[in-house]
Amino acid sequence: MLSYILRRLLLTVPVMLVVALFVFGLLSLTPGDPAILLAGEDATPQDIARIRATLGLDQPFLLRFGNWLWQIMHGDLGNSLFTGLPVRDMIAQRLAPTFTLMIMTLIVSVCIAVPLGALAAWRHNKIFDRLVMMIAVLSFSVPSFVVGYLLAYTFGLQMRWLPVQGYVPFSQGFWASIQTLILPTLALGSVYIALITRISRATLLETLSQDYIRTARAKGVDDKGVLFHHALKNVAVPIITVVGSGVALLISGAVVTETVFSIPGVGRLTVDAILRRDYPIIQGVILMFSFLYVLVNLTVDLLYRVFDPRIKY
Amino acid sequence: MSAKQLSRFILKNPTIALGGFILGLLLLTAIFAPWLGTVDPTSLSPVYRTRPPSEKFWFGTDLLGRDVYSRVIFGSRISLTVGISVALLSAIIGTIIGLATGFIRSVDAVVMRVMDGLMSIPTILLAIALIALTRASMQNVIIAITIAEVPRVVRLIRSLTLTLREQAYVEAARAIGASPLRIVFQHIFPNTIAALTVQTTYICGLAILAEASLSFIGAGVPPSTPSWGNIMAEGRALWQVKPYLIGFPALFLSITILSINMLGDGLRDLINPRFAKKL
Repeated sequence: MLSYILRRLLLTVPVMLVVALFVFGLLSLTPGDPAILLAGEDATPQDIARIRATLGLDQPFLLRFGNWLWQIMHGDLGNSLFTGLPVRDMIAQRLAPTFTLMIMTLIVSVCIAVPLGALAAWRHNKIFDRLVMMIAVLSFSVPSFVVGYLLAYTFGLQMRWLPVQGYVPFSQGFWASIQTLILPTLALGSVYIALITRISRATLLETLSQDYIRTARAKGVDDKGVLFHHALKNVAVPIITVVGSGVALLISGAVVTETVFSIPGVGRLTVDAILRRDYPIIQGVILMFSFLYVLVNLTVDLLYRVFDPRIKY
Repeated sequence: MSAKQLSRFILKNPTIALGGFILGLLLLTAIFAPWLGTVDPTSLSPVYRTRPPSEKFWFGTDLLGRDVYSRVIFGSRISLTVGISVALLSAIIGTIIGLATGFIRSVDAVVMRVMDGLMSIPTILLAIALIALTRASMQNVIIAITIAEVPRVVRLIRSLTLTLREQAYVEAARAIGASPLRIVFQHIFPNTIAALTVQTTYICGLAILAEASLSFIGAGVPPSTPSWGNIMAEGRALWQVKPYLIGFPALFLSITILSINMLGDGLRDLINPRFAKKL
């Protein structure tokens, strides 16, 4: 077990190294002088020189990469080209709304999707099952920001049940905060819910056709017992795998959802950074989110053992 | 295919037929955009700013008085070009890398670590990084999304190659002296085409979604180009009073992705009937 965890941890090193090399190498690979491009159209030669010095573009590539990597490992993500402030601090200020939104979406999605998928599998080929599958295909196809506008229009503008846009931090009132997060959570979760519903249904169907389920029924276990005691326990592993790999959807989706609902999170920071061509911020955001994604999937791998004691490392 | 065979195919595969039909209509719309009652999608007429949908302006006009109907119709060209280009490019590049890594074991470890790394960067962010460093253009959007999608194809083709290369008929081919290249292209590649087609269809849908998301947040095709994402980005400031500015492009975008996903699901079921019963 311990050796597996160590090996698995070591495997994340080359992955993160590729991510770092990619976001860093892009600066040198893109055609033209990145300093001129990042400086924008009405930049003075001093601006360009300053950007070139900030990014260290006057040094050889490997030396630059080595220095940069060294800084990152010490928690220094460089400074913003626009504000001059450390990127680390700028991201840290925006983390709370984004993480709150993502964690809420994760919890809500799993709580909706797993029972929905289980029920659909239980009522296989009945109307309920068909309906759930149809909705799942639909939410796969309607982009999360379109779902966002649809929800904001219906429940915010027309029915006036919930705030249309904006964000209230937890410190300014728990309920007010939750109210502003309900619609973004559903919008961001729409694709994620569809994904988890489909995998829950598929794995439960597979499990229900196993021999031991037939045995359980033969010895007189009722429906409830079969579902809760025998079947559901064995569907956890594929579901948490999808929950983990689906975190990529949440990250991409958060950037767009924050724009729709005017939430001042990391996504908004990134979108503002695109307009200002503030590459260090984009670099920092990518490194952080990729690291988060790798970490989540590492946790998922280690969780397998908890949910299925048969798995040996 | 005779008419009878065609009708039987449609009855047996309703999702392929419906998805393909809608996609066909959209392709025709894109090709014949200038003849579908549209005006120049970029021509400004400040007199007719933000008019609601009417007989003259079917989908209304935007902030600058441009006809939203014409912009949405011309926008289908951008979406479909990006979707199809990304799908074809990532299929070709991904297949070559996938076959190579599956067959030449010495490069496998290195290439797969690179792919793992690329896959751990969320698509939108990977594209944002590329776009921030280059000028906004459709070509750069296509390149950015392709880089994000290639690893998915590589994984699929590699895992298929690893299974196929152990098959008895591959061993037989090797025994009679077939060259490695012949084995890869004559015996392994043809058996990956079915799964590759399904994957390519899904990638087309994902690419259209990615382009729209990127344009929506201002990191996609240049704002002067009428694309669905751009139209929605421009409608953002006014959507509470003029919801149609976002509604019409959103509707077209959703129907396009839905038809592509239906086509993909149908093809998947056709290729793998056992799987079809479950998903």
